Amino acid sequence: MNRTDPPPPEASEAPISYRPMLSEAAIELCDLTKDLGGRPVLDGVNLAILKGETMSVIGGSGAGKSVTLKHIVGLMKPDRGVVKVNGTDISGGTPGALQEARRKIGFCFQGSALLNSLSVFENVALPLREHETVDDREIRRRVEEKLALVGLADAGQKLPAEISGGMKKRVGLARAIIRNPEIILYDEPTAGLDPVMGTAINDLILDMQKKLGVTSVLVTHDMTSAFRVSNRIAMLVKGRIVKLGTPEEFRASTDPLVQQFIFGESEGPLTRPGA
Amino acid sequence: MFAPLQKAQHHFENACAGAGYTLDLLLRAAGKLVFLGRKRREALDQLSLCMLGSLSVVFITSLFTGMIVSLQTGQVLRDFGQENSLGYIVTLGMCREMGPVFTCLALAGLVGSTYAAEIGTMKVSEEVDALEVMSIDPVYYLVMPRLLALGIAAVALTIYANVIGTVGGALVARANFDVDLTIFIKNGRDALKLKDVYGGLLKSFIFGMTIGTVACAQGLRAEGGPAGVGRATLHSVVISFMLILVFDYLLTWIIW
Repeated sequence: MNRTDPPPPEASEAPISYRPMLSEAAIELCDLTKDLGGRPVLDGVNLAILKGETMSVIGGSGAGKSVTLKHIVGLMKPDRGVVKVNGTDISGGTPGALQEARRKIGFCFQGSALLNSLSVFENVALPLREHETVDDREIRRRVEEKLALVGLADAGQKLPAEISGGMKKRVGLARAIIRNPEIILYDEPTAGLDPVMGTAINDLILDMQKKLGVTSVLVTHDMTSAFRVSNRIAMLVKGRIVKLGTPEEFRASTDPLVQQFIFGESEGPLTRPGA
Repeated sequence: MFAPLQKAQHHFENACAGAGYTLDLLLRAAGKLVFLGRKRREALDQLSLCMLGSLSVVFITSLFTGMIVSLQTGQVLRDFGQENSLGYIVTLGMCREMGPVFTCLALAGLVGSTYAAEIGTMKVSEEVDALEVMSIDPVYYLVMPRLLALGIAAVALTIYANVIGTVGGALVARANFDVDLTIFIKNGRDALKLKDVYGGLLKSFIFGMTIGTVACAQGLRAEGGPAGVGRATLHSVVISFMLILVFDYLLTWIIW
């Protein structure tokens, strides 16, 4: 799916209540509920992310965006509800189902989460060394190919401590795609970067979709990024999805919650006491 | 409920959960030993780090431990004209007790704290999560090689400490109490049974595994940024110190 293509009509309807899952969904979240420290972080989230689309999940700090992403990759178990990846339940399924789902998922962490004791090359090569029986020459070829794809062909021998934040994000992306996943999850991909580097990362996300045809899920509060790369956007407020639609629909929305968030206004329903 | 009671209950529950997690981690790491072949390079790297990083500290602690034991007991034995028994006491004391305990206390401070800080930092910076997302079990990747390395290093360093401590004791016996070195060595050799040597080394191995498990568990349970890593490191050392002494008593009771 090209990012300018309109999404299927049934997918763009407001998904606040439970909706029947779509057969072509890469990821399905059904009634996802999670409490942390006695506070509800996710409160019955229902969302279907279609194969090949790029979905941004937006929302303020503490809205439950990163927790949603951690559920998709099995780092957290829901208190209630189901997470399905390509139709397989990973939240209540067997460890084998989770392993199989993770095989299809690449995850870009907010802080890159590179292993500091390994070089850039070894970080990217790690999933290959641990899971695939390929020789060193093949590992080198594949790592160099992915590093070139993210524009870091010459950085292989550097340690994570020797490269910038933007470079780390790109190494994290190279590591996430080294085993050619079907789904890439990005946790705040542009957080902490200057606008130029942010744009470079956004272009990379678009590139991944164009070149690899992957399904992407971004968690972000950077609206420039969300508008630039997404086919659809979901807005999370207090653990619930309050709006789902295309970037155009978000821009045209008169919903005060959406208006306040995308224009970054300090006054409004999001910041009202007791809201 | 009365607030201090509630707090005590909370601490007790936390301690039980931590103990359960630590024991489970040890069993899971033992289960991963079948993959040792794939991790032998990491295990050897960790072993050399444990050994080389601890040699000088173990040298000084064991040398002075042997010297102190010799000096203290020598002064009492002199009153009874039994200075020649120093070889017996120092050698037996080092192999059964001082060597394993002091070596492993040093390892808990030197290596255990490093492991807890290292793994704790990886935990709070999401590196451990990244391993899990890549379907790489942190127990297999991080814990198993460290645990094995620490168990082996504890035994090797205890042998080294026993020798250094006995030499220190012999030097003090010669200098302060005029005990002939050949008599010191002969008495030591006569006193020492195989069980004393193996019993001491078994203690060391168990202490080493204890330190490693506690340190890795504390690291993997770290949360709350740098402060959480600091707490994990502190808890790792304190818990290891206490467990070494408790296990020392139990093992001494069982073995001898």
